[in-house]
This record gives sequence, structure tokens and C-alpha cells, in this order.
Amino acid sequence: MNKTELAIIGGGPGGYVGAFKAADLGMDVTLIDLEAKPGGVCLYRGCIPSKALLHVARLLGEAREAESWGIKFAPPEIDLEQLKVWKERVIAKMTGGLGGLAKARNVRLVQGRAHFLDAQSLRIEKSQGGEEELRFEHAILATGSRPATIPSLALDSPRVMDSTAALALQDIPATMLVIGGGYIGLELGTVYAALGTRVSVVEMTAGLIPPADRDLIKPLEASLDKRFEQVLLSTKVAGIEEGKDGVEVRFESAEGKVSERTFEKVLVAVGRRPNSEDLGLENTRVVVDEKGFVQADVQRRTAEPTIFAIGDIAGEPMLAHKASHEGAVAAEAIAGHKVAFEPNAIPAVVFTDPEIAWCGLTESEAGRENRAVEVVRFPWAASGRATTLDRNDGLTKLVIDPQTERVLGVGIVGVGAGELIAEGVLAVEMAALAEDLKLSIHPHPTLSETVMEAAEMFFGTSAHLYAPRKG
Amino acid sequence: MAVEFKLPDLGENIEGGDVVKVLVGVGEEVDEDQSIIELETDKAVIEVPSSVRGTITALHVKEGDRVTVGQDILTVAGGASEVPIPEEKPAPAPAPISEERSAPLPVSSPMSATLVAAAPSIRRLAREIGIDITQVAGSGPGGRISEDDVKAHARQLNTAREAPSAAALAAPKVDLPLPDFAQWGEVQREPMSNVRRITAERLSYAWTTIPHVTQFDKADTTDLEGWRKQFAKKAEAAGGKLTPTAIILKVVAAALKAFPQFNASIDMADREVIYKKYCHIGVAVDTDRGLLVPVVRDVDQKNIIELAVELGEIAQKARDRKLAPEDMQGGCFTISNLGGIGGTGFAPIVNPPEVAILGVARGAYEPVFSEGEFVPRLIMPLSLSYDHRLIDGAEGARFLRWICEALENPFLLVLEG
Repeated sequence: MNKTELAIIGGGPGGYVGAFKAADLGMDVTLIDLEAKPGGVCLYRGCIPSKALLHVARLLGEAREAESWGIKFAPPEIDLEQLKVWKERVIAKMTGGLGGLAKARNVRLVQGRAHFLDAQSLRIEKSQGGEEELRFEHAILATGSRPATIPSLALDSPRVMDSTAALALQDIPATMLVIGGGYIGLELGTVYAALGTRVSVVEMTAGLIPPADRDLIKPLEASLDKRFEQVLLSTKVAGIEEGKDGVEVRFESAEGKVSERTFEKVLVAVGRRPNSEDLGLENTRVVVDEKGFVQADVQRRTAEPTIFAIGDIAGEPMLAHKASHEGAVAAEAIAGHKVAFEPNAIPAVVFTDPEIAWCGLTESEAGRENRAVEVVRFPWAASGRATTLDRNDGLTKLVIDPQTERVLGVGIVGVGAGELIAEGVLAVEMAALAEDLKLSIHPHPTLSETVMEAAEMFFGTSAHLYAPRKG
Repeated sequence: MAVEFKLPDLGENIEGGDVVKVLVGVGEEVDEDQSIIELETDKAVIEVPSSVRGTITALHVKEGDRVTVGQDILTVAGGASEVPIPEEKPAPAPAPISEERSAPLPVSSPMSATLVAAAPSIRRLAREIGIDITQVAGSGPGGRISEDDVKAHARQLNTAREAPSAAALAAPKVDLPLPDFAQWGEVQREPMSNVRRITAERLSYAWTTIPHVTQFDKADTTDLEGWRKQFAKKAEAAGGKLTPTAIILKVVAAALKAFPQFNASIDMADREVIYKKYCHIGVAVDTDRGLLVPVVRDVDQKNIIELAVELGEIAQKARDRKLAPEDMQGGCFTISNLGGIGGTGFAPIVNPPEVAILGVARGAYEPVFSEGEFVPRLIMPLSLSYDHRLIDGAEGARFLRWICEALENPFLLVLEG
């Protein structure tokens, strides 16, 4: 039987960061994944390919917008095969790089499916055939998640896609329905709309991206109104059927009004569920809750002391950067360091156009908790940089504790919000005061100035947004 | 959002207490600072105020329960907590494979409800040295916690740990096994009250730590009794009762000034004697819950009538269970007057960290041989127990004699006191 100090099951951004960290701490590490090289959903079927395609969508959008600046391009010719090649090249470059980093650290990569025999050993069904039994001192569960399905909407048809199928870019359909108004559906909807598909979105709740503050959603809604054919809120999909020209979808509005429409393709993006089945966890003391999440403590140790769990399988939010951080914490905990996963701010980014990003306390959370906060907003209409980009559809807001004047949360909507939020994360983690942001010189002309000017607004007025003195 | 209200830190060395009364119910609205429970702690019943507001969804304690600091008291919904409440349990230490896990694991939560005002590096430092960051006071702008704040907190905890509690020191190494009393007749077991437990611990500590000497003397209080009756009206007018104890308080304060080593404590660890420049005197009060010792402040700065009034008030407070823990702290010396009950004398036990205690027994007329004949005089038996580590026998004798003479001739109070 082979032996390893640390077995990590799942080579996504949680698993490989944990593996690298553990190796750097001197551990002998075995990383088991279904793919030959690390990367996981994030690189193969998630963050990375979707961002590559969103970059294309952005370019197509700007080419159209340029018309009003006096630059005219011919309508784009889309070579779908070439686009797929480029996307695959991006993935290959990054996963190849990770494979090299694993090798440099002497992390052993095993391609296959792992199954716990007990609290200290695994059986691996190798992808190339054969089995291996592996004895470990510690294990980290990092098996991630997969697209969730709704049984009533399950239709065995190539016309019905999940996010993985949508990223495969089979074709560019004339019409597409996205079921689910969360970030995955809106990002992929944006890609297909840019490529020429008439995209509709149906969302069961009253708004898009439910966890985000509503004032951040408004500019996105205005943008989607132009890009998408239809956005149906407070609407349920009552049923779908394969028709001869496409998928026939029956909608039911909140008032009970029923309507029908046929779409060439349907993308089901109703969330993700953790991959906690078929791992042999029943042979251990690991506890899985009713939603399928593995229960873990602040160090990410499960009820089985030798086994840790990180990333999507260990609970919300299911985000790559949260998984990576947990992976490092778990590796350090196994090395005996006194560490815990205790962030003040986990940033969330929706890579639509405009992007939406937030971290720390949101205004709506503060409202639910009856927590007194002061919210200041700096509209990008007053930002010089936004004007030069012709993208004044943005907003930067700070959620501030009125007593300590500490920045508790930051929310941004606008182009590049995903990059800008990093300053917000730093501010919340460092317990920065509004005054600290105000007194830090931000480069001009950049969108980052909106963070500084929002902080100035807390004290009444800012250089580029005049608010008359009260009283 | 549901918020747990836990029993907060109630001050000096209080680890918990018995719930005497629950003042709120499930479904009621609770506001910050509203009293939630009455808790019988270190010799006092105190009302515990809420630090949360919202609707109570669950009560985790009932009358008679013993609760400790940090224990869940109630849960409120829709409320907000003004003070950060530590929610995270400490991470379990790496455990060997064979170890059974008995306690349920803390469940992972996506985000902590309280955003700690400390940089990630400082939070990690706190964790590494075993400090609960939510307990650290931040000295920076907006209450930001610095590295120095964490270290200062750690130092403070270390100091507190080095001074072990009386309870810890008093705990006998081995408890002798008790026989089965039932074999000789019917018995009833009752839980020890907090007052009884603490009294037992403190007295065991005093008895095993302090080398006691008790000296006895007698004061002729015939004249004093006359003056006491003469001036009783004045005290009554001020709202007090001119008791012998009130007068003895004043006399002892003067004696402590004349003999400063009796107003002192011993620091064996640092081999130092601590002399106190203040004069707070404890008075033992018999209550239906046991012995309580409220402390009268600045006795040297008050006249006897003021002391009489104050004594009446604190004794009443003690009997009404209204004494706060701080009302019983900071004493320099203790007076135990059993004269109201009877007896001809007793050897009291020193109340540490004090070094001496005065016992007063019942005064009685005795024949005293004076100027060739026996005359009836009102004689008050007094006893002084002291810590022989600090006080020599001759000093003890002089101190007690001084008190007797001052009681016989109060002019001494102004002359030397």
C-alpha cells in the first residue's frame, strides 16, 4: 500500500493551493483529481473559460460603442472554432503551468476517483485503469461542486445545457433562455448575447443576483435591457418540453399568469451543489448536512480528526478565492500551526457588463441585522475616468459604522468593479476608517478615485460631487 | 438574525452564580441594558443586563440553574448586539486518530457576524498566542486592535493567572471520603449555596495559610454606654442607630492609624508588605443566607454618627441581598460583633488578604475591684486574631490594649488616633 502524509481529493483552486502550501511546509503530498492536471472546475469549466469569453463579449460591445466616438467597424465575423481553440489554449496554458508547479514541489498527481476506506486510507480508481490503495495521515476533501438541477426541468436533450455545456460553445443559437438570474446565468447570457443570440432570462425571485444590494443592480438592469431580449422576474418555469423547433417553455408569473415560448436552447443555471456523494464518507465520521455540505470547524477539520474539508464542499459562499484561502488554512492547521479561517471580507464579483462587486457588510445585511450604518455613494457620473471610457454607469458605495467611522463594507458596480473591490477588501480587513480612505492619495485619472471620493462624501462633500451643506 | 446572549464577565473573579429569578420570557421584547436575570454570585444578588435587543426566541436557563460566564442565557431574533460576542469556539487541537470526539463540532458559518477591528496579521497573532481577539480592547482609531493591544491583553491574562484564586489554593488536595450516612438514619442532600461555598473556600484558605494568634482583652465600657445612650437621639435624628459597633468602627480606624502594620497585606511572592493609605473596614453581618462582610469606606474620614447611619444602610442592604460585589471588596480590617447574640469570647478567623480581625462578644456587668471595693462595671470582652507572619505578639497585645483604652477613654481618639 502506498503512503502519503497528506492526500488531497480534488485539484481545484482549493485543492491545489492546499497541496502547494502543504508541500512548501515540508509535507509529502498526493493530489488526486479526475483530470490529469490541477485546475478543477475553475480552470476547466468555470471562472477561467467564462472570463476569456466575457473578454470577447466586452470587445464586441466596445466595437459597437465606438460608433458614437466616430470609429466604425464592419460587423464582426465570428469563427467559433477558432474562438474555442483560443479558449482551450487559455485553459491549457494555465493547467500546464499548475502541473509544472506541482512537479517542482514534488506533489504527486494521481488521476482517478478516490473513495475512503476508513479514516486513514483511500482506494483510487485510476483513470488509466487499475486501482491503488493509499494510506494517509491527513486528507483534505476538496471535491467542489457541480451545476444543480431541478428534477421537473430535467430534459434529456442537447438543447438543454448546464454551464459546462454552455462553455463548450457548441453553436450560437438564435434564441436562448437562461433559467436563473444569478451570476452564472447572467455571465453566460452576456457571452451568448454578444455573439448574437437573443437571450431571455427567467428568475423566480423579484430581482437579479439576490445577495447584492439593489442600488448596485440598477445599472446592470439598464444594461441588460439593451443586451437581452427579455428579463422575466418573479416568474417560474412551470414546465419544459422538447418541441420540433426547440424547447417549449411554459412560464408562470407570480400572479399565476401562464405563457409559453419556444427557445432554440435553454441554459439551466440555478446554482451549484456540493460533490459529497460516492466518496465513501460513510466509512468515516465525517458529517454531511442535508444540503450536502461537509461540516467543518474554523480550521476546516471535519468530525473525523484526520480529514479536513475546504471549498464548495465545506459551505457557502462557493467561490474559488474562498476555497484557496481555506486550502492554505487547512494545510497550515495540519502542519500544527494555530490558524483559522476567519476573514472579515470575502469579495463577490459578478463579471457582467457592468461588473458588480462587493465585500464585507452589505447595506441589506445591515438592514436585516438592525445594525445602524451610514451608507455613502459616489455615482460614476462624477468620475472623470468613467467619462473618458464613456462608462458613467457605475456607483461606488461604502457601508460605514457611524460610531467608529470604520468601513464595514464596500459595493461597486461599473466596468472593472472586480479589480476595484480589492481595495475594499483591504479596507475592511484592516479595519480602515472612512478617513483613512479619504486621506490615501489615489491615482488620477482612475476609477479607483471613486473609492476615495465616496469616503470624502462621508464627511459631507467631495471634490467632484458637490453636496451643499445641510442647514 | 438570531443572537445568543451569553453570561458576560461580571467583574473581579466572578465565575458565575445561581439564577435566582428570570425577569423575561420567551416572546417578549428585550432591550439593551434591560435586566434579564437575577444572579446570586459572590455573596450578592445582581441583576444581569442585556447587551442585545430583539424578540426572545429561547431561554436557556431557569431559576435555580447554576450558570458560568460565557454560558448561553437566551436567544433573540431580529436583534443586534452592540458588544461583540465571541461566537467561535476555539479550534480543537490536533487529536490522535484513536481519540473519540465527544463534543459536537462547531458548524462552519459563511461569515462571522462580528467584524473584528483588527488586521488579518493581528488576528492570526492572537490565535497563535491563544488570545480570543474579540476580548481585546483596541486602542487605535475606531477601536482598531494593534499588535501591542494583543500583547498587553496577553500580559494582563498572565498576571491574573499567576495570582491564583483563593478557591484554587483552598481546595484541599484530597477530600476524605464520606461515609454512607444513610446507614445511621435519614439524610437529605442539598446543593451548597454560593455564599456557603465561597465562605467555605475562603475560610479554608485563611485557616491553612495564615498562622493565627488570638489575644483576649476586656474593655470597661460603663462610661461609654452612658455616653452612647446620651447621644443616641442625635444619631436617630440623622437616621441612624448609635450602636456599639459604630463606635468600635471609629476606634478601630484610629487604632489602624496608630498601628499601620495592622492596615497591611503580605505579598509573599515579592517578599513585600503592602501598607494601605486608606481605611476601609469590613463588618460581618449575619443574614439568612449566611455570613456577609460589607465594607465601610474611608472610616477615618467619617464621624461616628455618619458611620452609624451608613452601617444601618449596608446591613439592611446585606439582608435584602442588594449588595454588589464591589460593596464587599477592598476591606483593610474586619470587625465581627457577636455581642447581640451572646457568648463570653471567641477566636475569629482573619479575612485575607487582611491581617487582623476584631471579635466583640457580649458586654456584661462584672464586679471590678476599684479604690478598695468591688463596683459593678460594664465589661466588653474583645478578641483580636492576627496573622503572626506580619504581627508579633507584643504588637497584637498593644493594639488590642489601645482599643480597650480608647473605648474607656475616647479622648485617646483625638490624642493619638
